[in-house]
Amino acid sequence: MDAALLLARWQFGIVTVYHWLFVPITLGITWMVAIMETAWVRTKNPVYLRMTKFWGKLMLINFAIGVVTGIVQEFQFGMNWSTYSRFVGDIFGAPLAIEALLAFFIESTFLGLWIFGWKKLSPKVHVFTLWMVAFGTMASAFWILVAGSWMQYPIGYVINPATGRAEMANFLEIVTSKMLWSQFPHTIFVGFATAGAVMLGVSAWHLARKNHLEVMRKSAAFASVALLVGASGVALTGHFLGQVMVEVQPMKMAAAEALWETEQPASFSLFAVGDKENSRNAVNVVIPRALSLLSCNNLDCEVRGINDLQAEMVENHGPGDYIPNLFVTYWGFRLMVGSGMLMILIGALGVWFYLRGKLDEHWWFLKLALWVGIAAAFIGNATGWIFTEMGRQPWVVYEVLLTEGTNSPTVPAAWVATSLIGLSLLYGLLAIPAVYLFVKFAKAGPGEESENEDVAASMVY
Amino acid sequence: MDQGILNLETLWFVLIAVLWTGFFFLEGFDFGVGILLPFIGKTDEDRRVMINTIGPTWDGNEVWLLTAGGAMFAAFPEWYATMFSGFYLALLLVLVGLIVRGVAFEYRSKNPNAAWRSMWDWAIFVGSFLPALLFGVAFGNLVRGLEIDAAGEYVGGFWALLNPYSLAMGVAAVAVFTFHGALFLTLKSKGVVYDRAVSVAGSMSIAATVILAGVMVWSYIQGDGGVVPGLLPILAVALLAASIWLVRSKIFAWAFALTGLTIAAIVAAIFIGMYPNVMTSTIDPAYSLTVFNASSSTMTLQIMSVVALIFVPIVLGYQTWSYWVFRKRIGREEVTTAPH
Ligand code: HDD
Ligand code: HEM
Ligand code: HEM
Repeated sequence: MDAALLLARWQFGIVTVYHWLFVPITLGITWMVAIMETAWVRTKNPVYLRMTKFWGKLMLINFAIGVVTGIVQEFQFGMNWSTYSRFVGDIFGAPLAIEALLAFFIESTFLGLWIFGWKKLSPKVHVFTLWMVAFGTMASAFWILVAGSWMQYPIGYVINPATGRAEMANFLEIVTSKMLWSQFPHTIFVGFATAGAVMLGVSAWHLARKNHLEVMRKSAAFASVALLVGASGVALTGHFLGQVMVEVQPMKMAAAEALWETEQPASFSLFAVGDKENSRNAVNVVIPRALSLLSCNNLDCEVRGINDLQAEMVENHGPGDYIPNLFVTYWGFRLMVGSGMLMILIGALGVWFYLRGKLDEHWWFLKLALWVGIAAAFIGNATGWIFTEMGRQPWVVYEVLLTEGTNSPTVPAAWVATSLIGLSLLYGLLAIPAVYLFVKFAKAGPGEESENEDVAASMVY
Repeated sequence: MDQGILNLETLWFVLIAVLWTGFFFLEGFDFGVGILLPFIGKTDEDRRVMINTIGPTWDGNEVWLLTAGGAMFAAFPEWYATMFSGFYLALLLVLVGLIVRGVAFEYRSKNPNAAWRSMWDWAIFVGSFLPALLFGVAFGNLVRGLEIDAAGEYVGGFWALLNPYSLAMGVAAVAVFTFHGALFLTLKSKGVVYDRAVSVAGSMSIAATVILAGVMVWSYIQGDGGVVPGLLPILAVALLAASIWLVRSKIFAWAFALTGLTIAAIVAAIFIGMYPNVMTSTIDPAYSLTVFNASSSTMTLQIMSVVALIFVPIVLGYQTWSYWVFRKRIGREEVTTAPH
């Protein structure tokens, strides 16, 4: 593969996964802080104000990196993927522009109002600004997924024979795509599950030390519910997403299952060692019929295998290797699903202990929530996207445009190397103050003060 | 091929010019405040006053850039692709600047340590100066024209972008934004920051006018290939010159309006001069990207038009509201109570 292309792919992967470390927290935590502040406005119970202030600060530290890494995302399509951008701009550019106009303006303007508006706005208007931010994050997720899901499942377009470019034919079809409407709920639940896991982990750290018990018990309970509901929603929507995937990208599911030969009924693989040379698995431990159940809700439907699908792709698109990286897709899928199971478990334990009034009594649970819960959230997020994106290779727009040759022809490998190294270094360095501040404020815990005035003073720059 | 000006392509060309104008007007003073940070902000407290004047709104201002970029992608994919891949390394530096600056605003005052704060203060300065300069350079290159080949790709490499004229445009952008930012501080701050901003505005009014006048004369002389300047650049310089007198008479609000109009006039001059080209080729005029050969399909433009017509006024509405909420001047009292 051409060096510039390889580097551009690495850059896209690195900066996007990095953006995605922060984004899912934002997606969930804005709602959760908005709920806390609403509870304060309604009840005037100072505990809720202390919660709002504490989690609000962590929200802001996280948000900052989400925002600045997003700017790179917006521009790198043109910088590194100019051929791709020319080809898809007609369809792909519109949701991106709409996202900026409908979502980013809301998020940024209302967040500014929230941070600086504690003394200037009435409590009701103030909490409204945070609800607007929360709404903005949803809108942002929706519109970017319109663009993203179209690459996974291109519909509502025609190829203009004169220019060779894809052109929009049916906007409605694009925004009602079944891929989009399975990815969007999955992603939103992921946001709640992730924010819930982080919040539960931080609360657990304090509960283990018997710090700020009142605030932290409430927070842990709230976080456990978010985690349980979020992660269950993730599993449920993931199941539907998997079915859509089997339908529109059977190759990805076959790769995720290391399923070489078409099977009926199909078994779900638990552990496999692939052997690509001979198009088979050297080792494979399976649960009979489970894949059939997962793919089409019954125990004996047919699931197509890699060898069949490869042959069919060659027939439709000419000679080539249409099999994605099996190691990444297979283990990526397992890690994601596995972390989902763990998160459901931890969320359920949290809710259970809370209902029995024993949230802070089991040290093992608090340790589990802190270390395993947070790790599972990040691992599930990263592997989920990596699986989705690498599983569609070698296509960038599925079955329409190959990744090969869509990078910028006039950008030499040296430039891409410069930006890859430069951005990776910068992102690596930025993680230091971000983590430092997050941990510092997380450990410091909520202050004792509970007046609006104090909150105002501690939020401004 | 004359297609008139009453078409969607031209409408989007105008809208993109409006988005860039909004960005340079709003982020222009943010950049200016950032550039002035080490000069006007002598103490930590002063610097906090300065940062808090733009604190609630800088991110919303920056979204004008994201929207301009997104709109170029949607309405003129060829323009987006050629320009952003062509300006690759310059754009990378802009991104680095915007990244460190954005994080700096949010993180600097969250830790009292002096070395920590001074690190982020540098990030704000560099992250404001560098993008201001490079946006000027980029637009300078649009004015001069670029080596665009038959495939519509920019093939001139990186160093060709740093030609003397474009660099001069970069310097002019820095000067105008710094002046614009100083005027913003005269409207939004009080105490010593206000006093210093008044004196900086006085000297910057003259410096910015002289530099801009020089670069505008250069635009007329350089002639061939690029953009025909027309009369707007003269108007831009005249507006800036008039602000010298307003600053002397301490009529800062009007002076600020004039720097804003200067910025609008320059963007308008560039866009009107380029039209119907969006990137002029110096290799062969036939290779230039135009609003017609770089645009997306009619359907995309129609959908985008409906969305823009509905939502741009709403965005303007709540952004104006936020400026209204934060209309009060900021002084030391506003920042000293914060413990962090
Ligand atoms: C499903 C959600 C999601 C996904 C897949 C992405 N983002 Fe993102 N992005 C967000 C959800 C989000 C957000 C929640 O809206 C953020 C995170 C923190 C924030 O401020 O907004 C954000 C910030 C953010 C910003 C800064 C906005 C501002 O200044 O306020 C930009 C320009 C982008 N993103 C662009 C992108 C692009 C081009 C992506 C695709 C490659 C992308 N994001 C993936
Ligand atoms: C919904 C918004 C998204 C869009 C529009 C999008 C688009 C793209 C594009 C254009 C590429 C480059 C072409 C290619 O290499 O195939 C790519 C690659 C990639 N993206 Fe995404 N992406 C999105 C979200 C994400 C997220 C959130 C992540 C990770 C957390 C991610 C991870 C990756 C990875 C790892 C690659 C490299 C794949 C490879 O080259 O093998 N993407 N994506
Ligand atoms: C518990 C069972 C889960 C199932 C059955 C499941 C299923 C899926 C499937 C099939 C995809 C691929 C979609 C595609 O390629 O088009 C996917 C994507 C993804 N998953 Fe999961 N998932 C589960 C849990 C999780 C968890 C726990 C997380 C994160 C904490 C997660 C995060 C993601 C992300 C970020 C993506 C990519 C975005 C998207 O396509 O929506 N998933 N999931």
